[in-house]
Amino acid sequence: MNSPILLQPDETFILNVGPQHPATHGVLRVKMEMNGEYIVNAETVIGYIHRMHEKMGELKTYPQFLMNLSRMDYLGALGYSHGHVLLVEKASGIVVPERAEYIRAIMVELNRVASHLFWFGAFVMDLGGFSPLMYALQDREHILDMLESVTGSRLTYCYFRFGGLCNDVDDNFIKAARQFIPRMRKSMKKYHKLVTGNIIFRKRLEGIAPLSKEMCRKYGASSAVARGSGINFDVRKNEPYSVYPEFDFDVPVYHECDSLARYMVRMDEIEQSLRIVEQGLDKLPGGPIMPDKKPKLIKPPVGDYYQAVETARGSFGIRLVSDGGKNPYRLKLRSPTYSNMHLFDEACQGMMIMDALAFMGSLDLVIPEIDR
Amino acid sequence: MRLTLLNVIVAVVLAIAFAALNAAYLVWAERRGAARIQRRPGPNINGPFGLLQPPLDGIKLMAKQLTIPGGADKIMFITAPVLAMFPAIMSFVTIPFSDSIVAKNMSVGVLMIFAFASMGSMSLLFAGWSSRNKYSMMSSVRAVSQAVAYEIPMLITAITVVMIAGSTDLMEIVHQQSRSFLHWNIFPLLGNSHNILMPFSFLIFFICTLAETNRAPFDLGEAESELVAGFHTEYGSMGFGLFFMGEYANIVIGSCMTTILFLGGWGCPFGLFPGVWWFILKLYLLIATFIWIRWTFPRTTIYGLLNLSWKILIPLSLFNLLFTAGLIKVF
Repeated sequence: MNSPILLQPDETFILNVGPQHPATHGVLRVKMEMNGEYIVNAETVIGYIHRMHEKMGELKTYPQFLMNLSRMDYLGALGYSHGHVLLVEKASGIVVPERAEYIRAIMVELNRVASHLFWFGAFVMDLGGFSPLMYALQDREHILDMLESVTGSRLTYCYFRFGGLCNDVDDNFIKAARQFIPRMRKSMKKYHKLVTGNIIFRKRLEGIAPLSKEMCRKYGASSAVARGSGINFDVRKNEPYSVYPEFDFDVPVYHECDSLARYMVRMDEIEQSLRIVEQGLDKLPGGPIMPDKKPKLIKPPVGDYYQAVETARGSFGIRLVSDGGKNPYRLKLRSPTYSNMHLFDEACQGMMIMDALAFMGSLDLVIPEIDR
Repeated sequence: MRLTLLNVIVAVVLAIAFAALNAAYLVWAERRGAARIQRRPGPNINGPFGLLQPPLDGIKLMAKQLTIPGGADKIMFITAPVLAMFPAIMSFVTIPFSDSIVAKNMSVGVLMIFAFASMGSMSLLFAGWSSRNKYSMMSSVRAVSQAVAYEIPMLITAITVVMIAGSTDLMEIVHQQSRSFLHWNIFPLLGNSHNILMPFSFLIFFICTLAETNRAPFDLGEAESELVAGFHTEYGSMGFGLFFMGEYANIVIGSCMTTILFLGGWGCPFGLFPGVWWFILKLYLLIATFIWIRWTFPRTTIYGLLNLSWKILIPLSLFNLLFTAGLIKVF
């Protein structure tokens, strides 16, 4: 215990970053083998917040499991619920009214903006700039207020039902959403002025942590991590679902492969999400939000079903094996952050600790989503 | 003789009180300023405008237990926070706030202040080394390399000013810039030097002050998103409080020096009513700039910081020194 710290020049030491560390934003632990400030090896250790969502999926009936999905990723909860309801509807052949599909898309995109805003603030905070977090949270607050007025909750929503929604949107929501879009666009300009154009910020991200296309493919990375490395993949475009084919939006792709590219992708995605919300509000059809005919008990026929959706954090896949019973035989959740995070071990070798932690921020990790 | 001694003691005590009061209330000012920048209220509950916050924070810190981690070097661990506060307070003794308000004027004032300022990095080294914590260690190594890198351009710039003034006496340096703001060392026109590079000198000095005091964007020593809390990770209670106060006392010293060397000390910009109020005004404007910068910019990297010093600031300040020397020789 009291032996002095003696280090030979070629000797390394182990640095435990986490599970309680400001940079990991949750209970992720990274065991780093360090040579001075340089990382020789890193090993991410996960499982500190494992809640057995998959097992719960097998034990609970389908409607009972609805609320679990929003507990997976507390920042972009609606995207995950969306995947689940789409899958169960596909499996049991429930037809969703068009209005419900549009409202779902609007809500998911608003939630994506909220999630990206939080990430933006936390990322800049990782780099030592505090004020953008406060500005981003204020913008996010508007979204949360809007979502609360419709869904009833602010963070862990349970809004989607098999076949539709539990609540219709009212005129207040539509008015608020229409007001929000230009305000958010104005804020984005401010963020680009304050943060993106800042020379210190750019110097810290440009050319840092280059992830090659091959590496992203090898680890199954998605979302901004893949799109920042030049992979044009977005589930909304490549495997269209819900009403996304009806919308006109772009998938931002950058080819620089560095942390700045990942940052730019997410910032551009906010604008694209706003475009989807705008179009959704314009096209919003009337009609019911729940189908007339819906089976009383949800019992998908025997089979193997899969549905992927693009959440704020990437391609979220959910696989359901049904034995025809009232709860699934097996429910597998493919979380995008899990794949994105494992890039870190390989990519951070030889990096300085400051750059590595900035790189980790650019991956947009939400730990409960990794551990499930 | 006895009366003079008494005068000195009273002045020294007042200097210490000024340092401590400033340190405490700058924390409040910083929190209020940050809150204003971030569009939130900040501390506003305790007393009017939250003005009772600093003493209450002090009481809270003092009521806490000072823990010394197992395996820590006890003597060094206890000495470090004292060393953080001591040089800052000592520097106040020789700073002239006006013609008459100075605890002890010395003919080598500039030298003395820089001598004490360089002691500051020692406390960071002690704290980081003795804590026996890897984060603290890395932080203290960073802080020392940073201090070494930024003391050089800072000193060279100070020497430039000393060359222009022909004196290391802080009083004398201020007197030479006393007529109007055009005679301040920062302005090249009517000043003593006719040196068009002086605004750059001022910038170099200001950047170095930021780095010397471990302030954002150069706060690599405590880089909380990487090194948890840096060198004071293991400190609680008043040990932490002293580091905190030392940081703010150093900011005041840095701003005082900038005011004296470049902004004409207590001289009025228009040559009217010179007095301590002008000094205070300039001092707090500079401190407000410190706060403003901290809450606007992200942090630099350690290599970016060292590159800035060794590759840009040191060559520039050296060139400026030679240029000034040439000008003095010619005119």
